[in-house]
Amino acid sequence: MNEILDPRSVDRPNSYIGKSVPRPNARKLVEGRGQFVDDIVLPRMVHVAFVRSPHAHARILSVDGDEALRVPGVLRMFTGKDLAAHCDPWVAVLAHLKGMKSAPQRPLPLDRATWVGEAVAAVVAESRGVAEDAVAKVAVAYEPLPAVVDMETALAQQTPVIHPDLGDNLCFQRVNESGKVDDAFAAAHKVVEATFHTGRHTGATLEPRSILADYNRASGKLTVHHSTQAPHMMQGVFAKHLRLAEGDVRVICTDVGGSYGIKVHVYPDEVAAAVIARMMGRPVKFIADRLESFSTDIHARDHRIKARMAVDAGGRITAIDVDDLTGIGPYSVYPRTSAVEGNQVVNLVGGPYDFPNYRARTTVVLQNKTPTCQYRAVGHPIATAVTEGLVDLAAEAVGLDPVEFRRRNLMADGTYPRTSPAGMKFEGLSHMASLEKLVGMMDYTGLRAEQERLRAKSIHRGIGFASFIELTNPSPFMYGMGGARISAQDGCTVRIDPDGSVLAATGVTEQGQGTEAIIRQIVAEAVGVPIDQVRVITGDTLTTPYGGGTWACRGAGIGGEAALQSGLAVKEAVLKVAGAMLQVGPGMLDLVNGEIVEKRSGQTRMPLAELARIVYFRGDTLPPDLPRELMQTRHFITKEYPFAFTNGVQASYLEVDIDTGMVTLLKHWCVEDCGRIINPLLVDEQVRGGVVQGIGAALYEECPYSPEGQLLIGSMADYLVPMAAEMPDIEVGHVETPTNESLLGAKGAGEAGTAGAPGAVMNAINDALRPFGAKVFAQPFTPERILVALGKVSA
Amino acid sequence: MSIEVAVTLTVNGERVSRRVEARRHLVDFLRLDLGLMGSHAGCEHGICGACTVRVDGAIVRGCLVLAAALDGAEVETIEGLSDTGEIRDLQEAFVARNAAQCGYCTPGMLLTAADLLETNPRPTREEIREHLAGNYCRCTGYHAIIDAVETVAKARNGRA
Repeated sequence: MNEILDPRSVDRPNSYIGKSVPRPNARKLVEGRGQFVDDIVLPRMVHVAFVRSPHAHARILSVDGDEALRVPGVLRMFTGKDLAAHCDPWVAVLAHLKGMKSAPQRPLPLDRATWVGEAVAAVVAESRGVAEDAVAKVAVAYEPLPAVVDMETALAQQTPVIHPDLGDNLCFQRVNESGKVDDAFAAAHKVVEATFHTGRHTGATLEPRSILADYNRASGKLTVHHSTQAPHMMQGVFAKHLRLAEGDVRVICTDVGGSYGIKVHVYPDEVAAAVIARMMGRPVKFIADRLESFSTDIHARDHRIKARMAVDAGGRITAIDVDDLTGIGPYSVYPRTSAVEGNQVVNLVGGPYDFPNYRARTTVVLQNKTPTCQYRAVGHPIATAVTEGLVDLAAEAVGLDPVEFRRRNLMADGTYPRTSPAGMKFEGLSHMASLEKLVGMMDYTGLRAEQERLRAKSIHRGIGFASFIELTNPSPFMYGMGGARISAQDGCTVRIDPDGSVLAATGVTEQGQGTEAIIRQIVAEAVGVPIDQVRVITGDTLTTPYGGGTWACRGAGIGGEAALQSGLAVKEAVLKVAGAMLQVGPGMLDLVNGEIVEKRSGQTRMPLAELARIVYFRGDTLPPDLPRELMQTRHFITKEYPFAFTNGVQASYLEVDIDTGMVTLLKHWCVEDCGRIINPLLVDEQVRGGVVQGIGAALYEECPYSPEGQLLIGSMADYLVPMAAEMPDIEVGHVETPTNESLLGAKGAGEAGTAGAPGAVMNAINDALRPFGAKVFAQPFTPERILVALGKVSA
Repeated sequence: MSIEVAVTLTVNGERVSRRVEARRHLVDFLRLDLGLMGSHAGCEHGICGACTVRVDGAIVRGCLVLAAALDGAEVETIEGLSDTGEIRDLQEAFVARNAAQCGYCTPGMLLTAADLLETNPRPTREEIREHLAGNYCRCTGYHAIIDAVETVAKARNGRA
């Protein structure tokens, strides 16, 4: 037996885990030679474009495609009824979210449109341009119906019910309570409270949603090129709803131009493209345009949270009480459901802090707006902004510096494992160490002095903090338990080829975050070969082990451990063969840098390529009963904890122009603890990208609606995203608390930045506004909202 | 609908002649007519910069230029700049610094960065941020991109 590789030891031969190795797939991207779905062109390919509802809620009386079908190049038009014959509807509920309800949804609705932008008919043509020309000629007769727009009144008696079969517009409600909340508030030294709004916004992936579905009538096989995070999940979805065998569906996902949670959901128009491909027996491409992205990509984070916190005379938090309300559109989104975000809020509020009494309610309501669902850091930015907003209010109320208040209240390091008042199980966190590291990185004392100095010159700067926890490495507790066919386990196959190179196929997927890079590092180290000898395959249901793909920060922690175990198994198999060939016990040998070596002396005995040559071409020369299994597969799933929580803390330093309300970001810091870091270069850029996504929510991004339910943005000229000129440099630091659930010890890192940034920016703005007694709690913190808070303009 | 215009232009050093629909944008012309898939359509409104290419030496938005207007023009795309090696140092810096994640914005970002270094060989970080402010990147948060461009600017100056 060879020694088990220990990633905790530092000086290991050909060690790659923990090193900043560039991504093997980056060069094709910088040369514009990647392959996104829209880059794929197939023989006899046609294009589908959709007729979309201009009404928030309307009955579809008739669809007349006569004129559209006369446009040269147009082939077919499909209505909801046409597709219904070939596709079964879906209902997005999870059994473990008790009482949750939603209505059946189809690729195109049968008789009713329920949000502005919902596809109601499809036109297929020889080019996208012609399909769009024809869409403009489809005559749909609508009978407008009263729309449910404001989530605050969605459950009111006089509000119409969107789906009468459901009885009301309530999708889900849950109260998470522990301790004696009312007693704690009654006995409090101080109580602080605020109402927070996190603006409805969206992912704005630069590559729009894209699908190319191809059905072969002879083989009965559906091949789908899809810009998705979860190829295996989509394979199951297409099979189930198009009434195909799972084995007859192949989903291929090459390069993905940004996903962030947007591309892990089932979209009716994408299913429609697949159904149409099956009906027409030829390849059908659908690429969303930017207006379709804004009106049909999932939105997220449309929450109103009334929150209060009780503190004692010693500045200790004694209770938190929050009431969360969220509007999710007319349907819960399949198959993850749209109740999870609210459920996360009630699980995560107060997460970093040590306090005894907790009550959180979420109410998830239906409305006639674009459906919302899981988007990067699901629920975390909301819970963190609420918690950290309350923390700064409480610190001010008891006259403590915000850092000192956090020192008194954060869960102490070394007190784990423990369970939070919200019922979350923590294996090991490092809030205190992270905070102290952050304070050191940013020279907190120096910044406070600078702030004071500049205030005298009427320059108003603010410093804001946000501690956070992040849920990663999810178990079936998240979805599988509720009946969703979403894999929490993942697998990796590692194979030695005749030239001694290594092929690794994994069920976790690449979206640009560097999955292929870390799998390559892990496999190279586990097997014992130079890193350039390892190729990685992702994103193909036909050639990779069954897995969950990319979601909830599981690639490194789940997929990485499967790769490690698989690589170690291959190494063991190699050394077994080597021992037989060299007439020594396998335990005397090692595989280092692609060479079989004597473990004790390090002396080279044989190249791996020579061993592979013998195994594959001269197997006759080996003992007949010798196993020579140079390909191994291992799977991994977490078992002890429902989630591997990570933690961290961020700080924002910014300036508010009190005459214009403009916020200028000066610097941002993040210290996070994702356990074992496999590649610091990749982790740091995940954090930075995440922080900027959070800043977008805090300052710019919003999907506003008119009272009638019209979406008021149509292009990127209306929907502002963070651009280079407005963004600050971001300093990133780490504390490493590996999980003991795996040998690798890795937890997720992709969502930490997004989780903490909005709270930190909010607190920094309010710190800058402190001399004026003004505060803002409604994201995005636009100049207008800041001027209203300052009393300079009226709302 | 289909008024067609005959154009002859140079794309990445090769002469091409096509009849194009009057409404066809340059980015669609490159992708659909020439199979050059490195330029990406992102927002279709001239905001995101994913379709940035060079026309007669200046960077333009491929979604705002009509192919029919380019008779006699010289067009360069990410594929051409990769093959000539003109921006090899920028590309290597983007890889080394992990300044490209999903890679969808990267070709446009690189063309814009190359344009900056052409006109301002010693840019400050602020000037780099300002020049790249019309190119949307959702993945990186920009910091790594600014670092990569800064590194190349310094290296080029060191050589000069």
